[in-house]
Amino acid sequence: MTKETAKGIDRRDMLKALATVPILGALGIQVFRKNAYDDKHNIQEEIIRELGIEDLTNAIKPITHEKGDLIRLGIAGSGSRGIQLASALGFIEKSRFDQTVGNGSLDAQITEGNLNVAITGICDVFDLHAEQGLATAAHDIHTGGEFSSGHPVKRFRHYHDMLADPNIDAIIVSTPDHHHAQMTIDAIQAGKHVYCEKSLIHREEEIYTAYETVKNSDLVFQLGHQYPQTAAFQVAQEILRRKWLGKISHVETTTNRNSPNGAWIRHVDNEGNIKPGNAQSIDWKQWLGKAQEVPFSIRRYYSWARYFDYDTILFGQLFSHEFDAVNQLLHMGIPKTVVSSGGQYTYKEFGDMPDVLNTIFEYPDKELTLTYSANLTSSKSRGRTIYGQDAAMKVGGTLSVVPDGSSKQFADLLERGLVSSDSPMMELLQGSNSASVVDAVSSATAQYYASRGLTSTSIGGQSWDVTHLHLKEWLDCIRNGGTPIGNIEKAFEESVVIAMADISYRENCRCEWDPEARRIKRF
Amino acid sequence: MEKLSNQMKWQQGTLVLLRFLIGWHILYEGIHKLLHPEWSALAFLDNAQWIFSGIANWIISNPGILNIVDTMNTWGLILIGLGLVLGLFTRIASLAGCALLLLYYLFNPPFIGMENMGSIEGNYLMVNKTLIEAVCLLYIAFTPLSRHFGLDMLRLKYHQTAPNHD
Repeated sequence: MTKETAKGIDRRDMLKALATVPILGALGIQVFRKNAYDDKHNIQEEIIRELGIEDLTNAIKPITHEKGDLIRLGIAGSGSRGIQLASALGFIEKSRFDQTVGNGSLDAQITEGNLNVAITGICDVFDLHAEQGLATAAHDIHTGGEFSSGHPVKRFRHYHDMLADPNIDAIIVSTPDHHHAQMTIDAIQAGKHVYCEKSLIHREEEIYTAYETVKNSDLVFQLGHQYPQTAAFQVAQEILRRKWLGKISHVETTTNRNSPNGAWIRHVDNEGNIKPGNAQSIDWKQWLGKAQEVPFSIRRYYSWARYFDYDTILFGQLFSHEFDAVNQLLHMGIPKTVVSSGGQYTYKEFGDMPDVLNTIFEYPDKELTLTYSANLTSSKSRGRTIYGQDAAMKVGGTLSVVPDGSSKQFADLLERGLVSSDSPMMELLQGSNSASVVDAVSSATAQYYASRGLTSTSIGGQSWDVTHLHLKEWLDCIRNGGTPIGNIEKAFEESVVIAMADISYRENCRCEWDPEARRIKRF
Repeated sequence: MEKLSNQMKWQQGTLVLLRFLIGWHILYEGIHKLLHPEWSALAFLDNAQWIFSGIANWIISNPGILNIVDTMNTWGLILIGLGLVLGLFTRIASLAGCALLLLYYLFNPPFIGMENMGSIEGNYLMVNKTLIEAVCLLYIAFTPLSRHFGLDMLRLKYHQTAPNHD
């Protein structure tokens, strides 16, 4: 025992007890030095500072909630897309609600808020789809799937009857494409606002009548391209405003899928069984409309997108989304010339849809080329990219900007090693919640749509269905005035571009736009 | 205080050194998180696997809960680190540190088929550094020699005149 102090602790023990305290001081000094070093060498923060990246997301507009008066809607075409649109409006079949309410997949719809709409009319030529539409329209997700608005839902067998109904204020057109233009024209003439799924047209001549009809009315028209509602689109707009990309000479749009469903072979289900429907349950004559008369065909009914008779093939289906996205960002409008080439090399059984398709759109006055390259036999994604002399921007559900190695604008940052031409200098990632939902429960085709920013977006810390936002914009304009982003001017430009590409492919010619005559010329 | 043999002195020295080192490591982890309020356990919990993946998802989906977990984690690390460095409440700090490290281990265990894609160190087989550090703390908690060199000496002396190696 050593000699103890009055309190029972000797000097040696005291030293041993306090020996560790200076270690804290040493740690404090080291933490201070490390923080100072990190601050000086934090490349990420320096890039954020140099490029003003923190302000970029200020471009994302918050979602406002404007309820307004009740709007009564009629849906023309309650097949799969019609049901999706009803769901985006907040309606769901009771049985589906009960099955899915617990698993989180309805959370976004429930929190998105009530748009104060009632679906009062359903029109479909197929009894089964009409019944599904009625069952969906009758149940509002916000009331726990109970009876919705007190407004009865009526089935119409012909869309003209639905247009004549005074209990309907606005029409959603979600039929096969060969009906879109005529239904839009008829609905506007009947005094109804129109939300039309892409593409607006099937044949060139429809463009001009549809445009004139909508233009000469004071009704609200919205084309169904939901991409401009995403956070990525708004940030991309801001990046272009800041001119990060420099001079832009090439815009590349692509499609990559690799499944029969992705190639619109849709008359068989996942088990290989033919889907329901026959000449008795489907009003085939009305479905054909102005198209050439052919005997009832289940292939044509479900896989219509593969046929020239009913669609502008890949152009109306997926290029339309691509074009709208880049046209809304760059306002490039109608090209001078268009050339398409492709072939049906894998899915040869039926229809006209090519598996590989390449189209070039020239804009000499804007010193710009747009390309569209589609491949239905490889799912290797190539994205949607805007190439500038200073940087390339890939825009979809996410967004990334990669500086060009030869950029003058970013030469200093490149030289200092703060940015590299090998990796993005800025990325906007999709909210992790929505991405994980897509990965967990969706098919490859659904993932394709998600990667293009066509399903959901994250705004204000919440995941939003972009179709809901696009419909909401249309409804807000009906109530408060204003022009939605998918307005008839943009729809006109897109329709001309689609028609030029489609004619070039079908007729194996080069198409040129005559801006004076406002007509397409073939060469 | 009884005299220690040379062997015991070496044991004591290395044990106290181990306590300092783990204390330094844990204290710095806590201070770093305190100085970087943007830090969150979200990414770690998002990668959680095995038995705790459900609770991890629940924490992530509740921003309020995640915030509480982040705060508790930061201050837990700081208090445990301080306890180990200063040798104050060494046994409690060691046991709490051991429990916390075992939680980290169990949220993301290096078992076959549970590869951590986010790891820049590669993957371990059953045993990783977190588990080893947790067991070291268990050893420190149950070895009274580790309490030499530390404020516990004063604390214990204050409560009882006789030296105590409990």
